[in-house]
Amino acid sequence: MKTINISSPIDAEIIAKLTVGTQVLISGVIYTARDMAHRRLIQALDKGERLPFDLDGQTLYYVGPSPAPPGKVIGSAGPTTSSRMDIYTPRLLAAGVRAMIGKGSRSPEVRQAIQKHKAVYLATIGGAGALLARAIKQAEVIAYEDMGTGAIFRLEVEGFPAIVANDIYGGDLFEQGKREYQRERK
Amino acid sequence: MPRETRKIKLREIEASKITQTVAELCQWANFELGEDVLSALRQALKTEPSPLGREVLSRLLENAGIAREERVSLCQDCGTAVVFLEMGQDVHISGGDLYQAIAEGVSQGYTQGYLRKSIVSQPFSDRINTRDNTPPVIHTEIVPGDRLKIAVLPKGGGAENMSRLVMLKPTDGREGVIDVALRAVEEAGGNPCPPIIVGLGIGATAEKAMLLAKKALLRPVGKPNPDPEINQLEKELLDRINDLGIGPLGFGGGTTALAVHAEVTPAHLTSLPVAINFQCHSARHQEAVL
Repeated sequence: MKTINISSPIDAEIIAKLTVGTQVLISGVIYTARDMAHRRLIQALDKGERLPFDLDGQTLYYVGPSPAPPGKVIGSAGPTTSSRMDIYTPRLLAAGVRAMIGKGSRSPEVRQAIQKHKAVYLATIGGAGALLARAIKQAEVIAYEDMGTGAIFRLEVEGFPAIVANDIYGGDLFEQGKREYQRERK
Repeated sequence: MPRETRKIKLREIEASKITQTVAELCQWANFELGEDVLSALRQALKTEPSPLGREVLSRLLENAGIAREERVSLCQDCGTAVVFLEMGQDVHISGGDLYQAIAEGVSQGYTQGYLRKSIVSQPFSDRINTRDNTPPVIHTEIVPGDRLKIAVLPKGGGAENMSRLVMLKPTDGREGVIDVALRAVEEAGGNPCPPIIVGLGIGATAEKAMLLAKKALLRPVGKPNPDPEINQLEKELLDRINDLGIGPLGFGGGTTALAVHAEVTPAHLTSLPVAINFQCHSARHQEAVL
């Protein structure tokens, strides 16, 4: 299995190298956004309002972290179920978002939008929030503070692990993995 | 014959003791996986055919170690606090209201432990966070004796959202039950954070079947149902679920479920209720007896 180091925001040229099954270690800046933040971002887009951060080329991480205990940057911070964001994702990809990190599979519409807009969906380890938090070096709420854990945080990460789940070639890690390991009943 | 007047001796339990116990259980459950879960994950690591699946399993074990040592929650979703009570009929609670004492324990535990508060009021409209993870979901059974057993199961939303209740026709029988469970697992895919534990409640009525499915999750992982016919169903279902190929976190592999726990109870002659409740790999629950 190959692992590559990438920086976020992810360069447009790198996207073509991110094929399904490629493991990545992400360093740089990513923004958290759960379903309610997605809805608010899209309402802002609809009204032509200024967004809390420039979406162009950015990476979104679907996470609602637990509170930071004393002496820590953030609490537990693993991915939430990505399918809750599916209805909002094509719009945000059209608005410039280039990468998403979450858990679980995406809808056909999202997969098409990933191909169309040359983006990538990265899956990370659901239920490993204590481990993943170690890769988060800075965390700061930049918008929607009233949403608590659902606010948008700007995170600085170093070596954050993920695996390419949907690429610009239409590949799907979940379908491929299942096909490879399913067993016929005798 | 004079009527016998017998004084029943009730055992007193202080409400404050219940609060303190629940607060501890909420934190303990969120920081430490049980030895049964850890050994099921270690076993899966030995048998999992997918290299990526094995890597996921070893990361999950690493995560459990970090959470335990650093007292940080295993998962950012610290769950709905589901509390199961087995209350001896000879127990008397003094110094407060039982359910309030439990809610106070949840509030204290989630606040003191820096656990995520995930409960919102007005769920279909404003969704306002209650800020202390209350109210808990409490299930009470009255049992013989003078003890109070409290089990806290912090239940994550991702797995709970995949729950299913199907009212089968009685003639659908055993194959019908298997089909319902397999379809539920297949459609859930990677969403409930496999490897999962599948709680299966069969019989009674709609609400009771689901409660049985949830309660089955409290059983130590892989502990068989004592009824051989039910255990046979558990074993067959586990094999067939693991043949689906979904694997750890849905990335493909042979470990989709660690166990199937089925609970069966009599049903009406027109009914065959089947309820499925999913437990993610972060199978958190702890209990205490007062």
